[in-house]
Amino acid sequence: MTVRIPTARGAGLVACTRCGRVHEPQTPRCTRCGSALQSRDTRSLQRVWAWWAAGLIAYIPANIYPMLLTSALGSSTQSTILGGVVELWAHGDLPIAIIVFVASVVIPVGKFLAIAFLALKLRGPHKPDRHGRHRLYEVVEFIGRWSMIDVFVVAILASLVQFSLVATVNPGLAAICFALSVAFTMQAALSFDPRIIWDD
Amino acid sequence: MMQTEPEDLAALPLTQLRACPHCDALYRLPTVRPRERAVCQRCGLVLMAPRARAFTRIVALSACALILLAVALFTPFLDLSAAGLHSDASIWDAAMAFSDGIMVPLSIAVAAFIIVIPALRLALIVYTVFPLIGGGAPAPHAARAFRIADDLRPWSMAEIFVIGVAVALVKIAGMASVTPGIAFWTFGVLVIVLIWQESFVDREQIWSALDAARPDRGQAPA
Ligand SMILES: [Zn+2]
Ligand SMILES: [Zn+2]
Repeated sequence: MTVRIPTARGAGLVACTRCGRVHEPQTPRCTRCGSALQSRDTRSLQRVWAWWAAGLIAYIPANIYPMLLTSALGSSTQSTILGGVVELWAHGDLPIAIIVFVASVVIPVGKFLAIAFLALKLRGPHKPDRHGRHRLYEVVEFIGRWSMIDVFVVAILASLVQFSLVATVNPGLAAICFALSVAFTMQAALSFDPRIIWDD
Repeated sequence: MMQTEPEDLAALPLTQLRACPHCDALYRLPTVRPRERAVCQRCGLVLMAPRARAFTRIVALSACALILLAVALFTPFLDLSAAGLHSDASIWDAAMAFSDGIMVPLSIAVAAFIIVIPALRLALIVYTVFPLIGGGAPAPHAARAFRIADDLRPWSMAEIFVIGVAVALVKIAGMASVTPGIAFWTFGVLVIVLIWQESFVDREQIWSALDAARPDRGQAPA
């Protein structure tokens, strides 16, 4: 048995998604916090897909170009995101290799799939398992920023290893592509209006 | 939260109603005591979690975090030595690691994520909350300040930076020996203080205090 829960829209009202205050329809801005009001963000999906595509486009060079350019004692090496993980693994630093792999590969790829799934599911006639999809939305929204780890690692290494005689570490082009990809997919998740998941 | 019949909700003044920002479920504004939580029945989102003397604590912890951030910024963060050579880096250096050529935007972004945005959020929260202690009138444009602090929340990445540091330490361990400096420990404490401060921030509590104390009630805030 399901209890029908009253909604702001069902009551002919419009709610503020920032502070929760409800208003008469057609009120342009929340009288309490000043945010723009919309019963449903109708352009939400367009913005989600635009950011999603931008994030995916930036993620491709992020994996092709080197993340880190290391030169030590005359020899220089380049490592990509995956190359860096493999190196850590080969060194026996398993937990760290797993952290980097999860942050740089599992989370970004999982996020692309999850956001696409959430956005596509809204169009179909059947919308089962709202709780599951809402949970997925919350996880995506929470976890996306953690992908930034590898960008910070590169920043720390590059600033620390500045002794020019022994070794230099420089950030590669992938660092900028990857940072952009993470920022774009964060925007995609933030553009999503989760209220549509629950609409009948 | 208590289930209310739709007919009852329609009879209530709008100021007595709240809707869940995630699922639009409509509720009568409940009385929630400190340390109690109001959770959305439909989607499970925590709607309210007020704390006792929250405003004083938020201001104290934010001020503390700002001081820690200032200390962490310019003291040595990691100290590295290899083959008789020696180098140390502050957090500022880490942020400026990309400061030439096409990497400049990245440098700006890293500085923003770990220094500028956390500091700006803390300042905006102090600006909003400090005048509300003891029920005073809010500062000019307090609603706008708190909105900006709210929007910047996902982009404040101090805690993610700490994990990045851990990974970098392992990566570098083979090349050189690394000793954590003052800023390393300061930054660790900063992250704990930030999480602690966040636990006292109940948005409903702050928005309703801003609303109740506003001199120009009824008009949309700036
Ligand atoms: Zn509002
Ligand atoms: Zn809800």
